[in-house]
Amino acid sequence: MARSDAVAVTVNGRVRPVGDVPPHTTVLHWLREIGLTGAKEGCAEGECGACSVMVARPDDGDGTRWTAINSCLVPVGSLDGQEVVTAEGLGTVDDLHPVQHEMAVRGGSQCGYCTPGFVCSMAAEYYRPDRSPAPEPDRERGPNGFDLHALSGNLCRCTGYRPIRDAAYALGPADASDPLTRRTTEPAPLAVATWQTYGDRAYVRPTDLQTALGLLADHPDAVPVAGCTDWGVEVSLRGARADLVVALDRLPELRELHVSDDAVDIGAALTLSEVGRGLAGRVPLLDELFPQFASLLIRNGATIGGNLGTGSPIGDLPPALLALDAEVVLISAAGERTVALAHYFTGYRESVRRPDELIRSVRIPLPLSEITAFHKIAKRRFDDISSVAVGLALDVQDGVVRRARIGLGGVAATPIRARATESALEGRPWTAETVRAAAEVMRTEGTPIDDQRASAAYRQAMLRTALLRLYADHAADEGRTA
Amino acid sequence: MSSLSERPTNPVVGQEIPHESAALHVTGTALYTDDLVGRTAGVLHAYPVTGGHAHALVTRLDPAPALHVDGVVRVLTAEDVPGINDAGVKGDEPLFPSEVMYVGHPVAWVLAETLEAARVGAAAVEVTYEPLPSIVTVTEAIEAESFQGGQPTVRRGDVEAGIARAAHVFTGTFEMAGQEHFYLETHCSIAQVDESGQVFVQCSTQHPTETQEIVAHVLDLPSNAVTVQCLRMGGGFGGKEMQPHGYAAIAALGATLTGRPVRLRLNRTHDITMTGKRHGFHAQWRVGFSSDGRVEALDATLTSDGGWSLDLSEPVLARALCHVENAYWIPDVRVNGRIARTHKTSQTAFRGFGGPQGMLVIEDILGRCAPLLGIDPVELRWRNFYTAGQDTPYGMPVRHPERLATAWNQVLTSGDVLVRRAEIARFNATHEHAKRALAVTPVKFGISFNLTAFNQAGALVLVYKDGSVLVNHGGTEMGQGLHTKMLQVAATALGLPLNRVRLAPTRTDKVPNTSATAASSGADLNGGAVKDACEQIRARLAVVASGELGVPAADVRFEDGVVTGLGGGETTWDELVRLAYVQRVQLSATGFYRTEGLHWDSSTMQGSPFKYFAYGVAASEVEVDGFTGAYRTRRVDIVHDVGDSLSPLVDLGQIEGGFVQGAGWLTLEDLRWDTSDGPTRGRLSTQAASTYKLPSLSEMPEVLNVSLLEHAHEDGAVYGSKAVGEPPLMLAFSVREALREAAAAFGPPGTSVDLASPATPEAVFWAVEQARSEHDERAHVVEGSPGREPEQPSPSAEPMRPSSERVQPHVRSGV
Ligand SMILES: Cc1cc2nc3c(=O)[nH]c(=O)nc-3n(C[C@H](O)[C@H](O)[C@H](O)COP(=O)(O)OP(=O)(O)OC[C@H]3O[C@@H](n4cnc5c(N)ncnc54)[C@H](O)[C@@H]3O)c2cc1C
Ligand code: FES
Ligand code: FES
Repeated sequence: MARSDAVAVTVNGRVRPVGDVPPHTTVLHWLREIGLTGAKEGCAEGECGACSVMVARPDDGDGTRWTAINSCLVPVGSLDGQEVVTAEGLGTVDDLHPVQHEMAVRGGSQCGYCTPGFVCSMAAEYYRPDRSPAPEPDRERGPNGFDLHALSGNLCRCTGYRPIRDAAYALGPADASDPLTRRTTEPAPLAVATWQTYGDRAYVRPTDLQTALGLLADHPDAVPVAGCTDWGVEVSLRGARADLVVALDRLPELRELHVSDDAVDIGAALTLSEVGRGLAGRVPLLDELFPQFASLLIRNGATIGGNLGTGSPIGDLPPALLALDAEVVLISAAGERTVALAHYFTGYRESVRRPDELIRSVRIPLPLSEITAFHKIAKRRFDDISSVAVGLALDVQDGVVRRARIGLGGVAATPIRARATESALEGRPWTAETVRAAAEVMRTEGTPIDDQRASAAYRQAMLRTALLRLYADHAADEGRTA
Repeated sequence: MSSLSERPTNPVVGQEIPHESAALHVTGTALYTDDLVGRTAGVLHAYPVTGGHAHALVTRLDPAPALHVDGVVRVLTAEDVPGINDAGVKGDEPLFPSEVMYVGHPVAWVLAETLEAARVGAAAVEVTYEPLPSIVTVTEAIEAESFQGGQPTVRRGDVEAGIARAAHVFTGTFEMAGQEHFYLETHCSIAQVDESGQVFVQCSTQHPTETQEIVAHVLDLPSNAVTVQCLRMGGGFGGKEMQPHGYAAIAALGATLTGRPVRLRLNRTHDITMTGKRHGFHAQWRVGFSSDGRVEALDATLTSDGGWSLDLSEPVLARALCHVENAYWIPDVRVNGRIARTHKTSQTAFRGFGGPQGMLVIEDILGRCAPLLGIDPVELRWRNFYTAGQDTPYGMPVRHPERLATAWNQVLTSGDVLVRRAEIARFNATHEHAKRALAVTPVKFGISFNLTAFNQAGALVLVYKDGSVLVNHGGTEMGQGLHTKMLQVAATALGLPLNRVRLAPTRTDKVPNTSATAASSGADLNGGAVKDACEQIRARLAVVASGELGVPAADVRFEDGVVTGLGGGETTWDELVRLAYVQRVQLSATGFYRTEGLHWDSSTMQGSPFKYFAYGVAASEVEVDGFTGAYRTRRVDIVHDVGDSLSPLVDLGQIEGGFVQGAGWLTLEDLRWDTSDGPTRGRLSTQAASTYKLPSLSEMPEVLNVSLLEHAHEDGAVYGSKAVGEPPLMLAFSVREALREAAAAFGPPGTSVDLASPATPEAVFWAVEQARSEHDERAHVVEGSPGREPEQPSPSAEPMRPSSERVQPHVRSGV
């Protein structure tokens, strides 16, 4: 594998050796150290987007997709052999990029601290290959097809956002002769084997699954990482340091997406953005979830395996996947096994997964229930963590609930199934009366606590109203309107 | 029209131009203090040693283990301070404390070759604490009578008589939360010492002069040995008015002791846990209304949560008391104020500076009482507006109250308010699980520092031989567009195109003794000073031109770089400048400005502390989801008074940004302090961006229409403009009142609901539940005369001193 002195990143078209830096060094700090101070640190935990930069990622076909990510979360070693563009690389004061021009003339910057990050997030959307004028612009999509979610991970404290939205919606199509547009038609850089060492610490990117599993078997303390959207926060905010970090995010074996007659199998190292595009509407419950999950910047890094891997009781995927009756496929040097997600979590941030095992994929059985919903209760609509998350999947036939699967997050030490509520629904007529009774049962599920996100009483109330809301949305003859 | 406010023909002020640094911002090339680290050789990094106690004595501090950490160079402690060990000007903010006053209070700082080494070093410093009892909430402080500073009262008439006169008397209490500034750029200083011992501190500060003074007193140096420069800030909002000084002093101390540049940058967690915020307030009140809904009397006691030290709490309180009536005439008033001392961060300036908290009290009262009075809130507010000839409770005439009425009517018309309210009524009648409401609220906000002495500014304008102009002034740029406006003022005053004028970063060795860039006064004050300097230069050049063109100096006109003599002849600016140099005419000038006509007596809380009032009106429509309490802001219409705008794009940005920031304070941003008795007592549990949520694009109103009030010339300010930084924040009251009315719409007509502040989805959900509850408690407002008298200041309470705004450090060090 490549030795550390060979680790290099192409930044704004120029190859830059990474040099002798500790493996926990983030892309953000490294860029600032080499003099590119456009990307800023606003929070160091993926929340503000001031650090946003574009990286060249493989498109779903053979091309490249300019993808905006939070540079404060990912270690610089993870970009070995990759291409990065920062605000400095998009344009200059005398020759502004179209995105920079619109932001500048419309008052899109005041203090300017958030601006380079906004510019990068906006530029990635500007170059999105499938962006095309929207015949019917709506609250989150401009007439030029600009998806406002592209900016959901960027905070601005000064402008109030209106001029930023106007700048985004004023952008024309990307010019075909623009070098960055041309770059999208070529394949993205391949993942390269990386072995970056500093003292007795190392960041390692194996290029095949067997090597990765071997490393984990040999080094029980090794930390496997994918998008680093969780691990990166541990590193920057809580001072976590690992002797050996093993990168999984480009392992081809973990990046497959299969759809067969009886299951959808989603590779653990696919990012949520990729999964969303790959499923193309096949799993409506997940389509409802994705836009509510973090921000696009995070979804461009966060993987499905990482979301289960954290074992967090407030992760958004587990409640949804529980409602979908999903299974987890685990793999180690010793072989593969499949565990129902309902049996996967064993305690607070604990699971049946052994340290030498990796999540290979998540399997969703088909067919899917007709009535599904994902309710995320949070303070803010874009980019917030759930105080309560509810995944719901119901089969209703001839007016009777045949099957109910309800997953809950935020109300216990692990994600749980609302089994008592499921029983209160199953076999009963799909009526307001049944729903009201079941809602009272739902209120008592789990053991919610008071914390800074919500009170226990509110969490319980939200469990109760989740069913009422589902019914109001899905009862055949009673909409949400009275 | 005054000569200060009069504009020449074709002025550069008033042109709609982008921020002067916009092109630098968007290309990532604008430099902020921390961007200088890589451009400075041999920088050491500072990291704080902090503990987890809300209140404790430091019984032992052993830095030795840190010195064994690879890369650690030095640990700074109290013994290292040659001068005064204090980060403020009031003597109550020890820079290195022996008594920890809040969770995260730094007791020492570690300097190291890398940030990583400094962090590890800080963790290695051994500190032993002896925990002491702590006070965390305002209510605890009120019970324990833990107060600090003066306890002023604004009084007019006879409040008992007013209450007795009233047809309806209501009594209630209200508590509102504070707000974290969350400027995107956290506090940062880089200090260096040159060969002569001169200390140079680059600092993200709104108040370079005071930063300079604190650095000097900590190092025991005269002010002329310390220079502070602020390139620009990544946001300030008041959070960098008093708070940067101590950190700058630590960096400077480290630099003098090690001889190396020292960088101190707070990470976000440190910034949130260590620096002051907007004050939360507690209010007890009773109010009397006439039978037709006119406010007869207001009797209130406001207690602000000052945190551990006095900081700017006294002037913040003074401004709260001076704004408690907002836009409404109230004949009989008694409003007391006091400052709780709690074991929390030292609360400080934040956009509005107490004004928003004061105004929120009356808006909350009107919002809660309107349904109980059976009067439409829009009508109730309108009926109580100030009219011509009336004075504020502190005795200042309210000039131009008709502008408020104009703005109000304009919003009602352009916002189609009547039609939309009818639509909303129809929507609500047909939707069980979602309700909408539209509320309209006014803003009246006084402009000037309450303390008269601060209302002065200086500038230094340099014209070089090639005709190019460099402007220095005492104000700092934090995104508010002050530099843009100052360029426009200078170009206007000199009759030059904008591109001939440049602005230099703010430095204390260019313009001394400046006031903070605060109180929205930056453009008024510095604009006056820049204009003064430019006019001196222009007058000198006019004499030169007069000789050259053969016309009297009074007949020389400067416009767009061309100098014309009335009745014949013209030359260019560049040519004239060259000529002036040859004739040995001085091409630079210092300018000075002081606001005329202000007087304020803080011991009686009477006077005319403000040059003028800025007015605004907002109408906001929201939709609330009955299942969750989640809401959206569907449409907002604003008419705001900025006088004759100096820079319309900048002003529009201030209005919109202020509005959204205000909405954040009132709806989303949630400071949660741990009030339990456990080991984490006093800890701020929302001390990161993941738990403290700012408005994002998803909170933006779907439709936002902002217009500037027309015919709004302000005679008393530079080129007829008005200040704009703070007032728009309070336009967001309309969102909060709309949420209240939407929540009430889930109940029967006439429902009054209490709404917590911030009105998070959870808070709105509980308001909806209150409205829906069968046994209508008619809110927690109690009707009955004479009501409950709010607590009065104790006879032994300290009065507000005339100097309460601040004590100058040289006065202190002489004590
Ligand atoms: C700003 C921000 C917002 C967020 N918002 C949300 C949100 O709305 N909802 C939500 O659910 N989460 C949220 N998260 C958390 C996080 O993004 C997700 O949990 C994400 O899915 C983690 O994926 P990752 O690939 O980045 O994981 P990493 O950080 O790379 O890894 C996380 C953990 O999983 C383990 N792991 C990763 N891949 C595997 C694998 N294949 N097999 C075994 N173990 C593995 C790692 O060892 C590590 O312990 C947010 C995070 C941030 C920073
Ligand atoms: S610094 Fe805030 S998201 Fe990276
Ligand atoms: S312009 Fe200041 S944070 Fe966006």
